[in-house]
Amino acid sequence: MEHYNMNLTLKVWKQKNSQDKGRFETYQVKNISSEMSFLEMFDVLNEELIREGKEPIAFDHDCREGICGMCSMYIDGRPHGPWHANTTCQLHMRAYKDGDTIVVEPWRANAFPVIKDLMVDRNALDRIVQAGGYISVNTGNAVDANAIPVEKDKADASFAAAACIGCGACVAACKNSSAMLFLSAKVSHLALLPQGGPERKSRVLNMVAQMDREGFGACTNTGACEAVCPKEISISNIARLNAEYIGAGLVSEK
Amino acid sequence: MLNSKIPAGPLDQKWTDFKGHCKLVNPANKRKLEVIIVGTGLAGASAASSLGELGYKVKAFCFQDSPRRAHSIAAQGGINAAKNYQNDGDSVFRLFYDTIKGGDYRAREANVHRLAEVSANIIDQCVAQGVPFAREYGGLLSNRSFGGTQVQRTFYAAGQTGQQLLIGAYQSLERQVALGNVEMYNRHEMLDVVVIDGKARGIIVRNLVTGKLERHFGHAVLLCTGGYGNVFYLSTNAMGSNVTAAWKAHKKGAYFGNPCFTQIHPTCIPVSGDHQSKLTLMSESLRNDGRIWVPKAQGDNRKSTEIPENERDYYLERRYPAFGNLVPRDVASRAAKERCDAGYGVGSSKQAVYLDFADAIQRYGKGEVNKRNIQGATPEMITQLGKDVVKEKYGNLFDMYEKITGENPYEVPMRIYPAVHYTMGGLWVDYELMTTVPGLYALGEANFSDHGANRLGASALMQGLADGYFVVPYTIGNYLADEIRVSAIPTDHPAFVEAEREVADRINHLMNVKGKQTVESFHKRLGKIMWDKCGMARNAEGLQQAIEEIRQLKKEFWSDVRIPGEVNEMNPELDKANRVADFIELGELMCIDALNRNESCGGHFREESQTEEGEALRDDINFSYVSAWEFAGEHNWNLHKEELEFEVAKPTQRSYK
Ligand SMILES: Cc1cc2nc3c(=O)[nH]c(=O)nc-3n(C[C@H](O)[C@H](O)[C@H](O)COP(=O)(O)OP(=O)(O)OC[C@H]3O[C@@H](n4cnc5c(N)ncnc54)[C@H](O)[C@@H]3O)c2cc1C
Ligand code: SF4
Ligand code: FES
Repeated sequence: MEHYNMNLTLKVWKQKNSQDKGRFETYQVKNISSEMSFLEMFDVLNEELIREGKEPIAFDHDCREGICGMCSMYIDGRPHGPWHANTTCQLHMRAYKDGDTIVVEPWRANAFPVIKDLMVDRNALDRIVQAGGYISVNTGNAVDANAIPVEKDKADASFAAAACIGCGACVAACKNSSAMLFLSAKVSHLALLPQGGPERKSRVLNMVAQMDREGFGACTNTGACEAVCPKEISISNIARLNAEYIGAGLVSEK
Repeated sequence: MLNSKIPAGPLDQKWTDFKGHCKLVNPANKRKLEVIIVGTGLAGASAASSLGELGYKVKAFCFQDSPRRAHSIAAQGGINAAKNYQNDGDSVFRLFYDTIKGGDYRAREANVHRLAEVSANIIDQCVAQGVPFAREYGGLLSNRSFGGTQVQRTFYAAGQTGQQLLIGAYQSLERQVALGNVEMYNRHEMLDVVVIDGKARGIIVRNLVTGKLERHFGHAVLLCTGGYGNVFYLSTNAMGSNVTAAWKAHKKGAYFGNPCFTQIHPTCIPVSGDHQSKLTLMSESLRNDGRIWVPKAQGDNRKSTEIPENERDYYLERRYPAFGNLVPRDVASRAAKERCDAGYGVGSSKQAVYLDFADAIQRYGKGEVNKRNIQGATPEMITQLGKDVVKEKYGNLFDMYEKITGENPYEVPMRIYPAVHYTMGGLWVDYELMTTVPGLYALGEANFSDHGANRLGASALMQGLADGYFVVPYTIGNYLADEIRVSAIPTDHPAFVEAEREVADRINHLMNVKGKQTVESFHKRLGKIMWDKCGMARNAEGLQQAIEEIRQLKKEFWSDVRIPGEVNEMNPELDKANRVADFIELGELMCIDALNRNESCGGHFREESQTEEGEALRDDINFSYVSAWEFAGEHNWNLHKEELEFEVAKPTQRSYK
């Protein structure tokens, strides 16, 4: 892999706090190495801004290895940038060439108010989990782990859904700001396991109700969520969610 | 005097006896008792949910925007438990013994035995919560081997074990939040402990969104705030991992145990340049199949694929024929450093060695050909089949490597180098996980823990969850039973006012320096001092220099740091400055501890204490103790020693030859 350096123009969303209206700021960054990660490029820019006595750009990040779900940048119209199945922190600068202009915005959704610059409040996702995204088992109540065998393909499918990192890119990509992919991943993770059985119906009803209360939009099956999901959560989970929901609704109406 | 409160009686009865005799709090009283939990990674989330279930009034804090994002989420490989599902001779005793030995006989027997005892319950609990561990076709749980042990006791969920365990604990925590038993404070950072009449009674936190300071009361305070590997600037830890909570507790009277014990993991992606902000781990499991080598000639600049077999030095296989590429982490790391320092390193920085899967690909390819009974398979076909097998086992990691380096590890060997990964040191705790401040507990990586001088793979997750689910729910009752008559202390108590004022003063002081150098630049310089002089190899001269340099750096930091923005707003640079200021002080103590411990043990390698062949040489006569450091004013600490008694696992010199 040949390494190279580049100069770039960045147009970045600056917003002091949730009350501020916000605007784009333009920055020039020089001598960015193709070996840097996208966030390291932001580090370089921020260091320069601080030295010049200017405000650095605030953004969320922590693990920088694609698993905590904290990083959230809407890059050139796409959550997490141009690479497939990728998070912002794992995007590397070899995706760009000298002279490129890059536009960076926060996730935009009513349920995700901006806190500052590129940081948003995603607590709505936690509240959806609080509404039922768990199995009610107190510590010490468990039976032996091998007492209940789980079919391997179900366990694997459950794992695939549980791989969601709660980043909210699916919401950011959706024109309706729907959280259906996130919610369906959690419902599927638990519904596919025998341990999740007893609360299956109440879980789906309560979680969907909470999602609606949070102000996420409806799902119109455009599939933008699946296309940008860094963990390749399948849209088939939404079909499963719908089936669970209808099934649960029929029963609860009796 | 240090009292480790180890229960009397035979090792395998201590925990049972403790549980049978510890004090209990009745349900009505539990509702009146408030518990503060700082940190909601595996240790904190498991403790918060369990204590919430028991009926205590819990407040939990984390600095991320959600408990689901704690650093625990990044753990890849797996979690150990003495289930013996594989019928391969595992037992509580073996897990205990392996952990003591792996820790190079610097851990407390009673704690480690308890850890092994509760390990099986952890797996049961996680499965009941819906943690989707890997399974076999029969529907039962699958195991892998890990970290040089001889049994298969590691449970895993692909390369995302930490994520799945944390999601399980997080969901239990959120359930308690919904039930009103736990109040969760996200984006809050603890900046001090409040001590009243010698007991921990609360904390001061900064709301990271508004910048406002807040006071919170608790009858007890639990610190579950993780490890401090980021004192080295570059490590595999998440960017926000820090020592601040533990350090504040230390300055309020909690002793710090074995601060210099750091684990350097042998297989991480090497540094690519000055811009490097963190390092990424390539799971230990890769060493099951990858072969580590460097060229036999110094400064060989040929491409890896152009270096013929007989010009490669598989130095681990050469030096340690019995364990080869599977020697423990500390041994593998030092051997890589030795080769690179001697001029045999590879890649543009020359600070890397190869981890090569070519042989494994051929071996698996041929295996597939035999399995599927393919006649006249071409070499290309064999290679392809082999790559498919490797992909199934390590696909995630290979993808991650390619994203970061732009190189395809199916075609060329990975370049790897050791990196700081875990800190065995931490707040000193007794058997009940209480620090030297009554009512102040430390759980998970934040305590000096059960791993002695070196942690075995897949045992940190086990320890964090053991502490939170199965240890502290019992031990905390033993303390709180005597606190039921203490009603909640109002937070206008002078101790709260004073603690908040100190925090505010310090923040204002930092903001008012208005110097020229960025927080990041100080952190980098600290990291370089630590890595060069208190890293993989340490000697008295270097450590003394490091102590001087760190003191100098501290002065410079407090007179020339520049923090932009305001106090009363979201200000990530200020958050970072608070943390770096504490890292600087910790760095000094780590060097003092490393200087004091004039022996080599586990991850702590003193050049003065090695065998003729360059292996670590332990000194049980003089150093069979835990160093517990008491803060005694700026640049000043008193050493207390907890002598270690080995009644069951008698110390021997580790050998992997
Ligand atoms: C890349 C990687 C892979 C690993 N793989 C494995 C593995 O396969 N198996 C294994 O056993 N171990 C593994 N480990 C080690 C293991 O992941 C950690 O030791 C463990 O997860 C630590 O858990 P914890 O709960 O103690 O702390 P953490 O998960 O670090 O949580 C710390 C918590 O404290 C909070 N916090 C910290 N400071 C403050 C403050 N001042 N105020 C408020 N909140 C604060 C944070 O917000 C967070 O919630 C790995 C580590 C790394 C880096
Ligand atoms: S479903 Fe995908 S995009 Fe949505 S939160 Fe989960 S990981 Fe992120
Ligand atoms: S910073 Fe953790 S996923 Fe990007």
